[in-house]
Amino acid sequence: MKPRQQRMLAVGLVVIGVAIATGLSLQAMKDSMMFFVSVTEVAEGKYPENRNFRVGGLVRDGSVQRDAGSLEMTFKVTDLRCDLDVSYSGVLPDLFREGQGVVAHGRLEDNGVFVADEILAKHDENYMAPEVADSMADHVTDQTAGLSEGPLECPSQ
Amino acid sequence: MWKFIHKLASPPHFYGLAASMIPWFVVPGLFLVAYGAYAGLFVAPMDYQQGDAFRIIYVHVPSAYLSMMTYMIMATSAGIGLIWRIKLAHAVAAAAAPIGAWFTFLALATGSIWGKPMWGTWWEWGDPRLTSELIMLFLYFGYMALRGAIDDTAKADKSSAVLALVGAVNVPIIHFSVEWWSSLHQGPTLVRKGGPAMDTAMLYPLLAMILGFTFLFGALLLRRVRAEVLYRERRTRWVREMILSKGT
Repeated sequence: MKPRQQRMLAVGLVVIGVAIATGLSLQAMKDSMMFFVSVTEVAEGKYPENRNFRVGGLVRDGSVQRDAGSLEMTFKVTDLRCDLDVSYSGVLPDLFREGQGVVAHGRLEDNGVFVADEILAKHDENYMAPEVADSMADHVTDQTAGLSEGPLECPSQ
Repeated sequence: MWKFIHKLASPPHFYGLAASMIPWFVVPGLFLVAYGAYAGLFVAPMDYQQGDAFRIIYVHVPSAYLSMMTYMIMATSAGIGLIWRIKLAHAVAAAAAPIGAWFTFLALATGSIWGKPMWGTWWEWGDPRLTSELIMLFLYFGYMALRGAIDDTAKADKSSAVLALVGAVNVPIIHFSVEWWSSLHQGPTLVRKGGPAMDTAMLYPLLAMILGFTFLFGALLLRRVRAEVLYRERRTRWVREMILSKGT
Protein backbone atom coordinates (compact mmCIF):
# COMPACT_ATOMS: atom_id res chain seq x y z
CA MET A 1 0.00 0.00 0.00
CA LYS A 2 1.23 3.41 -0.90
CA PRO A 3 1.68 5.96 1.88
CA ARG A 4 -1.14 8.04 0.44
CA GLN A 5 -3.52 5.08 0.54
CA GLN A 6 -2.46 4.38 4.11
CA ARG A 7 -3.31 7.94 5.08
CA MET A 8 -6.63 7.67 3.27
CA LEU A 9 -7.41 4.50 5.22
CA ALA A 10 -6.38 6.10 8.50
CA VAL A 11 -8.54 9.19 7.94
CA GLY A 12 -11.48 7.03 6.85
CA LEU A 13 -11.14 4.78 9.90
CA VAL A 14 -10.96 7.77 12.26
CA VAL A 15 -14.12 9.29 10.78
CA ILE A 16 -16.05 6.00 10.73
CA GLY A 17 -14.82 5.02 14.19
CA VAL A 18 -15.83 8.33 15.73
CA ALA A 19 -19.22 8.12 14.01
CA ILE A 20 -19.86 4.60 15.36
CA ALA A 21 -18.68 5.49 18.87
CA THR A 22 -20.86 8.61 18.93
CA GLY A 23 -23.83 6.74 17.51
CA LEU A 24 -23.57 4.03 20.18
CA SER A 25 -23.17 6.58 22.99
CA LEU A 26 -26.16 8.58 21.81
CA GLN A 27 -28.19 5.39 21.48
CA ALA A 28 -27.30 4.48 25.07
CA MET A 29 -28.26 7.96 26.29
CA LYS A 30 -31.37 8.12 24.12
CA ASP A 31 -33.79 8.75 26.98
CA SER A 32 -31.78 11.49 28.62
CA MET A 33 -31.26 13.18 25.26
CA MET A 34 -34.99 13.81 25.08
CA PHE A 35 -35.85 17.38 25.96
CA PHE A 36 -39.34 16.33 27.07
CA VAL A 37 -41.51 13.21 27.41
CA SER A 38 -44.90 12.83 25.75
CA VAL A 39 -48.20 12.71 27.62
CA THR A 40 -48.62 9.06 26.68
CA GLU A 41 -45.26 8.25 28.21
CA VAL A 42 -46.38 9.95 31.43
CA ALA A 43 -49.56 7.87 31.40
CA GLU A 44 -47.46 4.72 30.93
CA GLY A 45 -45.30 5.72 33.88
CA LYS A 46 -42.22 6.30 31.70
CA TYR A 47 -41.01 9.44 33.42
CA PRO A 48 -38.34 10.18 36.03
CA GLU A 49 -39.89 9.85 39.49
CA ASN A 50 -39.05 12.06 42.44
CA ARG A 51 -37.55 14.75 40.31
CA ASN A 52 -38.71 17.47 37.97
CA PHE A 53 -39.04 16.70 34.29
CA ARG A 54 -40.51 18.20 31.15
CA VAL A 55 -43.65 17.06 29.40
CA GLY A 56 -44.62 18.25 25.92
CA GLY A 57 -47.90 18.26 24.01
CA LEU A 58 -50.68 20.42 22.66
CA VAL A 59 -52.94 22.59 24.80
CA ARG A 60 -56.43 21.08 24.50
CA ASP A 61 -59.04 23.42 23.08
CA GLY A 62 -61.32 24.92 25.71
CA SER A 63 -59.32 23.55 28.64
CA VAL A 64 -57.58 26.75 29.75
CA GLN A 65 -59.09 28.09 32.99
CA ARG A 66 -57.69 31.18 34.61
CA ASP A 67 -58.21 32.16 38.20
CA ALA A 68 -59.66 35.67 38.29
CA GLY A 69 -57.36 38.14 40.02
CA SER A 70 -54.22 35.96 40.04
CA LEU A 71 -51.79 34.25 37.70
CA GLU A 72 -53.09 30.80 38.69
CA MET A 73 -54.29 28.73 35.77
CA THR A 74 -55.02 25.16 34.77
CA PHE A 75 -55.20 23.50 31.39
CA LYS A 76 -54.95 20.10 29.75
CA VAL A 77 -51.99 19.02 27.65
CA THR A 78 -52.68 16.30 25.11
CA ASP A 79 -50.87 14.26 22.49
CA LEU A 80 -54.26 13.22 21.05
CA ARG A 81 -53.96 9.89 22.84
CA CYS A 82 -53.77 10.93 26.47
CA ASP A 83 -54.57 14.04 28.48
CA LEU A 84 -52.69 15.52 31.41
CA ASP A 85 -53.96 18.18 33.81
CA VAL A 86 -51.44 20.96 34.30
CA SER A 87 -51.55 23.76 36.84
CA TYR A 88 -49.28 26.78 36.54
CA SER A 89 -48.78 30.18 38.04
CA GLY A 90 -46.63 32.69 36.22
CA VAL A 91 -45.87 34.48 33.00
CA LEU A 92 -46.67 32.76 29.72
CA PRO A 93 -44.74 33.09 26.44
CA ASP A 94 -46.36 34.99 23.55
CA LEU A 95 -47.09 31.85 21.57
CA PHE A 96 -49.08 30.17 24.36
CA ARG A 97 -52.67 29.52 23.27
CA GLU A 98 -55.14 26.68 22.93
CA GLY A 99 -54.08 24.24 20.23
CA GLN A 100 -50.43 25.33 20.59
CA GLY A 101 -47.53 23.01 21.39
CA VAL A 102 -46.10 23.61 24.86
CA VAL A 103 -43.37 22.16 27.03
CA ALA A 104 -44.08 22.23 30.76
CA HIS A 105 -41.36 21.79 33.37
CA GLY A 106 -42.39 20.62 36.84
CA ARG A 107 -43.42 17.56 38.82
CA LEU A 108 -46.31 15.11 38.78
CA GLU A 109 -48.29 15.18 42.03
CA ASP A 110 -49.94 12.09 43.51
CA ASN A 111 -53.38 13.31 42.43
CA GLY A 112 -52.26 13.13 38.79
CA VAL A 113 -51.92 16.89 38.29
CA PHE A 114 -48.69 18.15 36.76
CA VAL A 115 -47.62 21.22 38.72
CA ALA A 116 -45.52 23.30 36.32
CA ASP A 117 -42.97 25.91 37.37
CA GLU A 118 -42.14 26.88 33.78
CA ILE A 119 -44.17 26.83 30.57
CA LEU A 120 -42.41 27.13 27.21
CA ALA A 121 -44.23 27.43 23.91
CA LYS A 122 -43.09 25.23 21.06
CA HIS A 123 -43.35 26.63 17.59
CA ASP A 124 -44.05 24.33 14.66
CA GLU A 125 -42.41 24.46 11.25
CA ASN A 126 -45.31 26.28 9.54
CA TYR A 127 -44.94 29.88 8.50
CA MET A 128 -47.88 31.65 6.91
CA ALA A 129 -49.63 34.97 6.56
CA PRO A 130 -52.62 35.71 8.86
CA GLU A 131 -55.09 35.65 5.95
CA VAL A 132 -53.86 32.22 4.87
CA ALA A 133 -54.17 30.90 8.42
CA ASP A 134 -57.73 32.24 8.61
CA SER A 135 -58.82 30.56 5.40
CA MET A 136 -57.19 27.30 6.52
CA ALA A 137 -59.07 27.43 9.83
CA ASP A 138 -62.34 27.22 7.86
CA HIS A 139 -61.65 23.67 6.87
CA VAL A 140 -60.01 22.10 9.87
CA THR A 141 -56.60 20.57 9.16
CA ASP A 142 -55.52 17.09 10.17
CA GLN A 143 -53.20 18.45 12.79
CA THR A 144 -55.87 20.11 14.89
CA ALA A 145 -58.66 17.59 14.28
CA GLY A 146 -59.64 15.97 17.55
CA LEU A 147 -58.11 18.69 19.70
CA SER A 148 -61.45 19.49 21.29
CA GLU A 149 -62.48 15.86 21.82
CA GLY A 150 -61.49 13.48 24.59
CA PRO A 151 -58.59 11.01 24.60
CA LEU A 152 -58.79 8.43 21.87
CA GLU A 153 -56.90 5.38 23.08
CA CYS A 154 -54.94 6.19 26.18
CA PRO A 155 -53.24 3.12 27.69
CA SER A 156 -54.70 2.33 31.13
CA GLN A 157 -52.86 4.06 33.94
CA MET B 1 -7.47 16.43 -14.71
CA TRP B 2 -4.66 15.87 -12.19
CA LYS B 3 -2.59 18.46 -13.94
CA PHE B 4 -5.42 20.96 -13.51
CA ILE B 5 -5.76 20.19 -9.80
CA HIS B 6 -2.03 20.44 -9.26
CA LYS B 7 -1.97 23.79 -10.99
CA LEU B 8 -4.94 24.99 -8.95
CA ALA B 9 -3.27 23.90 -5.74
CA SER B 10 -0.08 25.79 -6.48
CA PRO B 11 -0.07 28.85 -4.21
CA PRO B 12 0.95 31.53 -6.76
CA HIS B 13 -1.63 30.36 -9.27
CA PHE B 14 -4.39 30.16 -6.67
CA TYR B 15 -3.46 33.54 -5.23
CA GLY B 16 -4.07 35.23 -8.56
CA LEU B 17 -7.09 33.15 -9.52
CA ALA B 18 -8.84 33.85 -6.20
CA ALA B 19 -8.37 37.58 -6.66
CA SER B 20 -10.12 37.49 -10.02
CA MET B 21 -12.93 35.31 -8.64
CA ILE B 22 -13.86 37.47 -5.65
CA PRO B 23 -15.98 40.03 -7.61
CA TRP B 24 -18.04 37.15 -9.04
CA PHE B 25 -19.05 36.33 -5.49
CA VAL B 26 -19.38 39.83 -4.07
CA VAL B 27 -21.69 41.28 -6.74
CA PRO B 28 -24.41 38.58 -6.77
CA GLY B 29 -24.03 38.23 -3.00
CA LEU B 30 -24.72 41.91 -2.33
CA PHE B 31 -27.55 41.94 -4.85
CA LEU B 32 -29.28 38.90 -3.32
CA VAL B 33 -28.84 40.08 0.27
CA ALA B 34 -30.16 43.54 -0.62
CA TYR B 35 -33.23 42.01 -2.27
CA GLY B 36 -33.72 39.45 0.50
CA ALA B 37 -33.39 41.99 3.30
CA TYR B 38 -35.77 44.43 1.67
CA ALA B 39 -38.38 41.84 0.66
CA GLY B 40 -38.03 40.01 3.96
CA LEU B 41 -38.46 43.09 6.11
CA PHE B 42 -41.00 45.09 4.08
CA VAL B 43 -42.73 42.94 1.46
CA ALA B 44 -43.25 39.55 3.13
CA PRO B 45 -46.44 39.34 5.23
CA MET B 46 -46.09 38.85 8.95
CA ASP B 47 -46.55 35.40 10.41
CA TYR B 48 -50.02 34.44 11.67
CA GLN B 49 -48.64 33.48 15.08
CA GLN B 50 -45.32 35.21 15.55
CA GLY B 51 -46.18 38.55 13.99
CA ASP B 52 -43.15 40.50 12.84
CA ALA B 53 -40.81 38.59 15.14
CA PHE B 54 -40.53 35.78 12.58
CA ARG B 55 -38.42 38.07 10.36
CA ILE B 56 -35.33 37.14 12.34
CA ILE B 57 -35.23 33.92 10.28
CA TYR B 58 -33.82 35.98 7.41
CA VAL B 59 -30.58 36.12 9.38
CA HIS B 60 -30.97 33.06 11.58
CA VAL B 61 -31.50 30.40 8.91
CA PRO B 62 -28.68 31.49 6.55
CA SER B 63 -26.29 31.78 9.52
CA ALA B 64 -27.22 28.38 10.92
CA TYR B 65 -26.95 26.75 7.50
CA LEU B 66 -23.56 28.34 6.83
CA SER B 67 -22.27 27.48 10.30
CA MET B 68 -22.66 23.80 9.39
CA MET B 69 -21.64 24.24 5.74
CA THR B 70 -18.43 25.98 6.81
CA TYR B 71 -17.62 23.15 9.19
CA MET B 72 -18.03 20.61 6.40
CA ILE B 73 -15.75 22.67 4.15
CA MET B 74 -13.21 22.95 6.96
CA ALA B 75 -13.29 19.22 7.77
CA THR B 76 -13.20 18.17 4.10
CA SER B 77 -10.28 20.48 3.35
CA ALA B 78 -8.46 19.24 6.43
CA GLY B 79 -9.00 15.64 5.29
CA ILE B 80 -7.76 16.40 1.78
CA GLY B 81 -4.76 18.16 3.29
CA LEU B 82 -3.96 15.14 5.45
CA ILE B 83 -4.34 12.53 2.73
CA TRP B 84 -2.84 14.29 -0.29
CA ARG B 85 -0.52 16.62 1.65
CA ILE B 86 -1.88 19.66 -0.15
CA LYS B 87 -0.86 22.80 1.71
CA LEU B 88 -3.56 24.87 0.05
CA ALA B 89 -6.22 22.57 1.50
CA HIS B 90 -4.87 23.18 5.00
CA ALA B 91 -4.88 26.91 4.28
CA VAL B 92 -8.56 26.70 3.30
CA ALA B 93 -9.40 24.88 6.54
CA ALA B 94 -7.50 27.40 8.64
CA ALA B 95 -9.13 30.32 6.83
CA ALA B 96 -12.64 28.89 7.17
CA ALA B 97 -12.64 28.37 10.95
CA PRO B 98 -13.17 31.98 12.15
CA ILE B 99 -15.91 32.55 9.56
CA GLY B 100 -17.69 29.42 10.72
CA ALA B 101 -17.37 30.46 14.35
CA TRP B 102 -18.97 33.82 13.57
CA PHE B 103 -21.87 32.21 11.71
CA THR B 104 -22.38 29.83 14.63
CA PHE B 105 -22.38 32.74 17.06
CA LEU B 106 -24.85 34.63 14.85
CA ALA B 107 -27.18 31.61 14.66
CA LEU B 108 -27.07 31.15 18.44
CA ALA B 109 -27.56 34.86 19.16
CA THR B 110 -30.47 35.40 16.76
CA GLY B 111 -32.10 32.17 17.94
CA SER B 112 -31.79 33.29 21.53
CA ILE B 113 -33.26 36.75 20.82
CA TRP B 114 -36.19 35.08 19.07
CA GLY B 115 -36.55 32.40 21.73
CA LYS B 116 -37.12 34.76 24.62
CA PRO B 117 -40.49 36.17 23.45
CA MET B 118 -41.62 33.07 21.50
CA TRP B 119 -40.55 30.09 23.58
CA GLY B 120 -40.32 32.05 26.79
CA THR B 121 -36.62 31.40 27.35
CA TRP B 122 -33.26 32.69 26.12
CA TRP B 123 -31.59 29.35 26.44
CA GLU B 124 -32.48 25.83 27.53
CA TRP B 125 -29.69 23.55 28.68
CA GLY B 126 -30.45 20.00 27.64
CA ASP B 127 -32.15 20.88 24.40
CA PRO B 128 -30.40 18.76 21.75
CA ARG B 129 -30.49 21.34 18.92
CA LEU B 130 -29.28 24.23 21.05
CA THR B 131 -26.61 22.17 22.79
CA SER B 132 -25.19 20.56 19.64
CA GLU B 133 -24.92 23.97 17.94
CA LEU B 134 -23.10 25.34 20.99
CA ILE B 135 -20.74 22.36 20.90
CA MET B 136 -19.91 23.29 17.32
CA LEU B 137 -18.97 26.81 18.45
CA PHE B 138 -16.58 25.23 20.97
CA LEU B 139 -15.19 22.95 18.26
CA TYR B 140 -14.37 26.01 16.16
CA PHE B 141 -12.77 27.66 19.20
CA GLY B 142 -10.83 24.49 19.95
CA TYR B 143 -9.63 24.25 16.35
CA MET B 144 -8.43 27.85 16.33
CA ALA B 145 -6.83 27.56 19.76
CA LEU B 146 -4.99 24.39 18.74
CA ARG B 147 -3.65 26.08 15.60
CA GLY B 148 -2.61 29.09 17.62
CA ALA B 149 -0.81 26.95 20.20
CA ILE B 150 1.51 25.23 17.68
CA ASP B 151 4.18 27.40 16.07
CA ASP B 152 5.20 24.98 13.36
CA THR B 153 2.67 25.38 10.53
CA ALA B 154 2.98 21.83 9.22
CA LYS B 155 2.43 20.38 12.70
CA ALA B 156 -0.46 22.76 13.38
CA ASP B 157 -2.04 21.69 10.08
CA LYS B 158 -1.88 18.00 10.98
CA SER B 159 -3.10 18.24 14.58
CA SER B 160 -5.91 20.64 13.85
CA ALA B 161 -7.00 18.57 10.83
CA VAL B 162 -7.55 15.56 13.09
CA LEU B 163 -9.62 17.70 15.46
CA ALA B 164 -11.68 19.06 12.57
CA LEU B 165 -12.34 15.53 11.26
CA VAL B 166 -13.33 14.16 14.67
CA GLY B 167 -15.67 17.11 15.27
CA ALA B 168 -17.39 16.58 11.91
CA VAL B 169 -19.57 13.93 13.55
CA ASN B 170 -21.40 16.80 15.25
CA VAL B 171 -22.75 18.26 11.99
CA PRO B 172 -25.29 15.50 11.22
CA ILE B 173 -26.18 15.47 14.92
CA ILE B 174 -27.13 19.16 14.71
CA HIS B 175 -29.15 18.59 11.58
CA PHE B 176 -31.08 15.55 12.79
CA SER B 177 -31.32 16.55 16.46
CA VAL B 178 -34.88 17.79 16.04
CA GLU B 179 -35.92 14.50 14.42
CA TRP B 180 -34.07 12.00 16.59
CA TRP B 181 -35.03 13.55 19.92
CA SER B 182 -37.74 15.77 21.28
CA SER B 183 -36.60 19.36 21.18
CA LEU B 184 -37.94 22.82 21.82
CA HIS B 185 -36.67 23.77 18.39
CA GLN B 186 -39.13 23.24 15.55
CA GLY B 187 -38.49 20.76 12.78
CA PRO B 188 -37.11 21.75 9.38
CA THR B 189 -39.33 24.16 7.42
CA LEU B 190 -37.51 24.17 4.08
CA VAL B 191 -36.14 20.65 3.62
CA ARG B 192 -39.08 18.42 4.48
CA LYS B 193 -41.55 16.00 2.95
CA GLY B 194 -44.19 17.87 0.95
CA GLY B 195 -41.98 20.90 0.27
CA PRO B 196 -41.34 24.03 2.31
CA ALA B 197 -44.03 24.80 4.92
CA MET B 198 -43.93 28.50 4.21
CA ASP B 199 -45.82 31.05 2.13
CA THR B 200 -43.95 31.84 -1.08
CA ALA B 201 -43.98 35.56 -0.26
CA MET B 202 -41.92 34.69 2.84
CA LEU B 203 -39.96 31.90 1.19
CA TYR B 204 -38.38 33.71 -1.78
CA PRO B 205 -36.66 36.39 0.32
CA LEU B 206 -35.37 33.62 2.61
CA LEU B 207 -33.95 31.65 -0.32
CA ALA B 208 -32.38 34.87 -1.63
CA MET B 209 -30.79 35.49 1.77
CA ILE B 210 -29.46 31.92 1.98
CA LEU B 211 -27.96 32.14 -1.51
CA GLY B 212 -26.70 35.70 -0.93
CA PHE B 213 -25.05 34.78 2.39
CA THR B 214 -23.42 31.81 0.62
CA PHE B 215 -21.96 34.03 -2.12
CA LEU B 216 -20.66 36.53 0.42
CA PHE B 217 -19.25 33.66 2.45
CA GLY B 218 -17.45 32.48 -0.70
CA ALA B 219 -15.95 35.94 -1.21
CA LEU B 220 -14.89 36.12 2.44
CA LEU B 221 -13.35 32.65 2.32
CA LEU B 222 -11.39 33.41 -0.87
CA ARG B 223 -10.11 36.62 0.67
CA ARG B 224 -9.07 34.88 3.86
CA VAL B 225 -7.41 32.00 1.98
CA ARG B 226 -5.41 34.53 -0.06
CA ALA B 227 -4.19 36.15 3.15
CA GLU B 228 -3.39 32.74 4.63
CA VAL B 229 -1.46 31.70 1.49
CA LEU B 230 0.46 34.96 1.48
CA TYR B 231 1.45 34.50 5.12
CA ARG B 232 2.50 30.87 4.64
CA GLU B 233 4.52 31.70 1.51
CA ARG B 234 6.03 34.86 2.93
CA ARG B 235 9.58 33.58 2.55
CA THR B 236 9.21 32.33 -1.02
CA ARG B 237 10.51 33.94 -4.15
CA TRP B 238 7.18 34.46 -5.90
CA VAL B 239 5.86 36.55 -3.04
CA ARG B 240 9.00 38.67 -2.94
CA GLU B 241 8.96 39.16 -6.69
CA MET B 242 5.27 40.02 -6.68
CA ILE B 243 5.73 42.61 -3.98
CA LEU B 244 8.83 44.10 -5.63
CA SER B 245 7.16 44.28 -9.03
CA LYS B 246 4.21 46.13 -7.54
CA GLY B 247 6.56 48.55 -5.80
CA THR B 248 4.66 48.54 -2.53
